[in-house]
Amino acid sequence: MAWHFDREAGQGLKLISPTLLYVLVMLAAPLLMVITFSFWTQDYLTIDTTPTFANYREAWTTPLYQVLMWRSLKISVIVTGVTVVLAFPIAYYLSFHVKKRKALWLFLITVPFWTSYLLRVFLWKVILGYNGVFNTAFLELGLIQEPLTFILYNLNAVVITLAHAWAPFAILPIFVALEKIDRSLLEAATDLGDSPMRRFFRITLPLAMPGIVAATLIVLIPTVGDFITPRLVGGTDGLMISNMIQIQFGKANNAPLGAALAVSSMVVIGLISAGIFLVGKKLGGRVR
Amino acid sequence: MKWISVKWLTVYAVVYMIFLYAPVILLPLFAFNTSTIIAFPLSGFTTEWFVGLWYTDTLHTALGNSMIVGVTTALVSTLLGAFAARASARFAFPGKTGIVGLIMLPLVLPEIIVAVALLVMLNQLGMPLSLWTVVGGHVLICTPFSIAILSSAYRGLDRELEEASFDLGESRWGTFRRVTLPLVLPGVISSLLITFTISLDEFIIAFFLTGTDVTLPVYIWSQLRFPAKLPSVMALGTILLAVSVLLLILAEALRRRSAARQGVDTTLAGV
Repeated sequence: MAWHFDREAGQGLKLISPTLLYVLVMLAAPLLMVITFSFWTQDYLTIDTTPTFANYREAWTTPLYQVLMWRSLKISVIVTGVTVVLAFPIAYYLSFHVKKRKALWLFLITVPFWTSYLLRVFLWKVILGYNGVFNTAFLELGLIQEPLTFILYNLNAVVITLAHAWAPFAILPIFVALEKIDRSLLEAATDLGDSPMRRFFRITLPLAMPGIVAATLIVLIPTVGDFITPRLVGGTDGLMISNMIQIQFGKANNAPLGAALAVSSMVVIGLISAGIFLVGKKLGGRVR
Repeated sequence: MKWISVKWLTVYAVVYMIFLYAPVILLPLFAFNTSTIIAFPLSGFTTEWFVGLWYTDTLHTALGNSMIVGVTTALVSTLLGAFAARASARFAFPGKTGIVGLIMLPLVLPEIIVAVALLVMLNQLGMPLSLWTVVGGHVLICTPFSIAILSSAYRGLDRELEEASFDLGESRWGTFRRVTLPLVLPGVISSLLITFTISLDEFIIAFFLTGTDVTLPVYIWSQLRFPAKLPSVMALGTILLAVSVLLLILAEALRRRSAARQGVDTTLAGV
């Protein structure tokens, strides 16, 4: 049975090669092409392939794009913060207080995620609208005098909708990290006289940090790329950079500029992600 | 968080679940409501929107397209996922972290980036957009899910079982068929169901990469513009939700059965 010692590396590479090849052709090559494309220019119907920074100059200096980029970052960061903060107590509850039927809880948390994404966003519009579920219910109960208007077609609606859409993605990584915490550490802290609050900040939170960082990145990165939610519930001041990317590739027919906007937002979000990752690594992973 | 009492945490969990389920509960409510306006109060019970779906030909075409895309995506991504999961669970090889990382990348990449990148490449190559280009994109985003599911199935597979089979004179194919496959089969089926469900619901890539043939979510997007069409969209959504939940329960049951067969803890695996 020598084959799995000598030829192990070769066999492993051979086995993974179809998948790797697929990803190289369908992901790596297209991504490189987008980057190349962003240095070209649209000349009405043809593409001028002289390399230039013009698209990037336009992407970074045009006030409209600056506004959209800022707003995208702001919305994504707020959405991520809200989602992760709301998700943490649930993950904590599941890990520490649910003794039986954990799997059932996890399953229940993922079910809403499998409703058609478009319909979920649309239904939030129904809930938050002027004559929506929220307003009718609260008027009926006498909690408000007239329908609230600040909850649809603006940033709030985008934040609520996205915090809902990404909930399971935030809960699961944090839950996994909490599950891994050695319970005897917590007992030791109590025995040594730590108050519950101190114990939480010295042990639970730092050890949960890898999960929190994973949750943050899993929510943050795709949120920047969402253009459905802003379009359906965001109104005009909820539009994000992805809507502009979509417009450039669609109606505006300026794919190179769209590519430059896409690359720019990826670079920015990549840097922010790297920052979060490093900070998380520094803050967590061990008992303080 | 012990300083916050368990009672408050439970209350919070219940409120959070209401938040999660609010849209899901509304979907069937409006699907069975007589009024064409999607608002409260409900006006009466009807099944006419569901009946109407039966006579909408464009919907049937979209459904057929989604089936083609979903089934192909499920088969291809599970096959690619099986290769990668087996390789990473069983072998050590140079560059493993980087290669697996690259393959898992679509999991964190915004879908609009994947869509736009493929669109640029297809345009440059002069390839026409069709259902197959959608499949190409869907396989890319579904393979990581397949790998995640199959990795736990392969990790639970005891290497010695296969070696015992070789020692007892089974051929490699015989070992695969009689030892490996039965043990990972529930994982494979679970992967097929999950990837199919993801593809069935995916909108952004389908929106960018489809030609004249639309998939179900692209069809729904086009219908959302017409207020009169909304109740039937709700009915359609209700059916889709029911089907997705059934498939997921099936996938989850199979995954647990496979884990139980291999004696692995079922609470964490595959999460």
